[in-house]
Amino acid sequence: MSVATQDTAVSTGRVTRTFIYLLLILFALFYLMPLFVMVANSLKPLPEITGGNMMALPQDWTIEPWLQAWSSAQIGVEPTGLKPYFLNSVLMVVPAVAISTVLGALNGYVLTKWRFRGDSILFGLMLFSCFIPFQIVLIPMAMILGKLGLAGSIPGLVLVHVVYGVGFTTLYYRNYYAAFPTELVRAAMIDGAGFFRIFWRIMLPVSGPITVVSVIWQFTNIWNDFLFGASFGGQSQPMTVALNNLVQSSTGVKEYNVHFAGAILAALPTLLVYIVAGRYFVRGLMAGSVKG
Amino acid sequence: MGFLDISNVTKSYGTVEVLHRVDISIEEGEFLVLVGPSGCGKSTLLNMIAGLENITSGEVSIKDRVVNGVHPSKRNIAMVFQSYALYPNMTVGQNMTFGLEMHGVPKPERDRALKEVAALLQIEQLLDRKPSQLSGGQRQRVAMGRALVRDPDVFLFDEPLSNLDAKLRVDMRTEIKKLHEKLKTTIVYVTHDQIEALTLSTRIAVMNQGYVQQLGTPKEIYDTPANVFVATFMGSPAMNVLPARVAVREGVPNAVVRDADGNEQFLPFSQPGLASRDGQDILLGIRPEAITDPDGADRKSSNVVPLENRVGVTEPAGSDTFVTMTLGGKDAIARMRADVTVRAGDTFGFAVNMEKAVAFDPKTEERIEP
Ligand SMILES: Nc1ncnc2c1ncn2[C@@H]1O[C@H](COP(=O)(O)OP(=O)(O)O)[C@@H](O)[C@H]1O
Ligand SMILES: [Mg+2]
Repeated sequence: MSVATQDTAVSTGRVTRTFIYLLLILFALFYLMPLFVMVANSLKPLPEITGGNMMALPQDWTIEPWLQAWSSAQIGVEPTGLKPYFLNSVLMVVPAVAISTVLGALNGYVLTKWRFRGDSILFGLMLFSCFIPFQIVLIPMAMILGKLGLAGSIPGLVLVHVVYGVGFTTLYYRNYYAAFPTELVRAAMIDGAGFFRIFWRIMLPVSGPITVVSVIWQFTNIWNDFLFGASFGGQSQPMTVALNNLVQSSTGVKEYNVHFAGAILAALPTLLVYIVAGRYFVRGLMAGSVKG
Repeated sequence: MGFLDISNVTKSYGTVEVLHRVDISIEEGEFLVLVGPSGCGKSTLLNMIAGLENITSGEVSIKDRVVNGVHPSKRNIAMVFQSYALYPNMTVGQNMTFGLEMHGVPKPERDRALKEVAALLQIEQLLDRKPSQLSGGQRQRVAMGRALVRDPDVFLFDEPLSNLDAKLRVDMRTEIKKLHEKLKTTIVYVTHDQIEALTLSTRIAVMNQGYVQQLGTPKEIYDTPANVFVATFMGSPAMNVLPARVAVREGVPNAVVRDADGNEQFLPFSQPGLASRDGQDILLGIRPEAITDPDGADRKSSNVVPLENRVGVTEPAGSDTFVTMTLGGKDAIARMRADVTVRAGDTFGFAVNMEKAVAFDPKTEERIEP
């Protein structure tokens, strides 16, 4: 990897280099500012915010707002904190990401290595699903969920997100597997491996980069989704909807420090996913576009 | 019935027929090479033997069993691909035993087979490496090893040497030949390289545009090509194919060709049967090595004929010197010894070994059976 970056780096003069770094630092500060404000204010008692400077560091450090946001803040009518909703989100996002990724991988595998009549049309239609706006599918989706008896439940949300995500994951895996040599599949066929064995033993072990892409993409989209959660969540609303209810509640004092802490809690998992897998993300996006 | 029988096999993609009524039959232990220019259908035919492509019509049978519709893994074949197709996530050892594992062979037996083949191919020290850590030649060996471990009825090779550099290709060619002589396995081998075909095979099928042009031993293919395509495709430099006329003199049929100055030259054929073509136009086929200087002529031949002609170009090529001249209105190449002294523009006394000459019908381009 380091060799590759050396190769692609354009050599520049000292002055240009300094300038570039200054610019980059400036941008970094600009983008980090909101995060700083959020973190700083989530660690202050409320009077420090209402009475003073939002940009200042806390004088009186406290984690009380975090505890409140997590376990006792008023969400809607119940003082439950965000905890149960966080759990809802996890219960929704994990199966939804797993199922849509596995389905995408299988679709990509079939569409590239087990071609059949009309496969390009099918792929075209799946691609098309990526461009359908959320709002259009709300009513038909509600009807289907109702018919299936999944309305207002976590399995219902999982289904919605899988259906919506499978177009993207199929696209990723299809393009990735298109560059995968078909001769390997043929060799495995002669060796006696069947459909799933080839997938499991030959294709999946080399699918790391694209799986990271698919997981990050699906995870952030599903975790951050508000519309489907608000529309179909019912009693099992995800974190995003709960955060909205926390922040938008019209009764009582606005506890900004608790809001900040809640917002960070809501963003934390996606942040974590990016930090852990981010470097594979770029690599995965690049794979296939440049032949190694 | 042979060991491997391909009878009346055709292949169509949609409405396009890419293989037309192919008939090939070989015995156990033979080395069949399918040779032809790119796109002539060699790989398609090989894949049909392997079961990777459907057979549109006709029959393929291995060991007297019709295998149409039999899954590739149940045909008891092994294949070496052009790209080697080594599984990138497995070690060399795992690559080689994957097929045995899929066929439910127990581990101790797999290990024994692996050890044997690794020793045979001298790749014991590579067994724990990943394919990405191997050189081209090593990958080639591993790919062959993977096929050998299975101990199949038929080995299928699809252009296995075309990704190697020239020197390694020659080495591996020799090695494959040795391996075949040692193991006496039945092999079907695809290549577009006519030298590989001639050196490796016990039998060659020359293909063009989906037709098998000729099936025969290397000697048959080289000495008595079925038509102009086979004659010019096999052998390097290609056989000279020159417009000529048959004239019978004193009962002997002669090929009459015009030399560089437009004068008629008479070259008596060794095949008396050609006399029936008296007065007709033909194409005269002579291999470059059958046109030499008088001292370099084949001493065992009973029909070496002198031919005076003006020299066009000389091209020294190390071991030989190639001399181009105009004959029958076309460029003809003669293959001389390296130390012969000929100069462009001179008139030179060539010697033509007419025992090796063949005649083709100018319309059908088929060889005229004498
Ligand atoms: N999947 C396919 N669909 C349509 N035509 C094909 C397909 N595969 C091969 N062909 C055609 O069949 C012919 C023979 O191909 P191939 O067997 O690969 O040639 P070779 O191996 O001799 O170079 C070619 O003209 C090729 O265009
Ligand atoms: Mg080919």
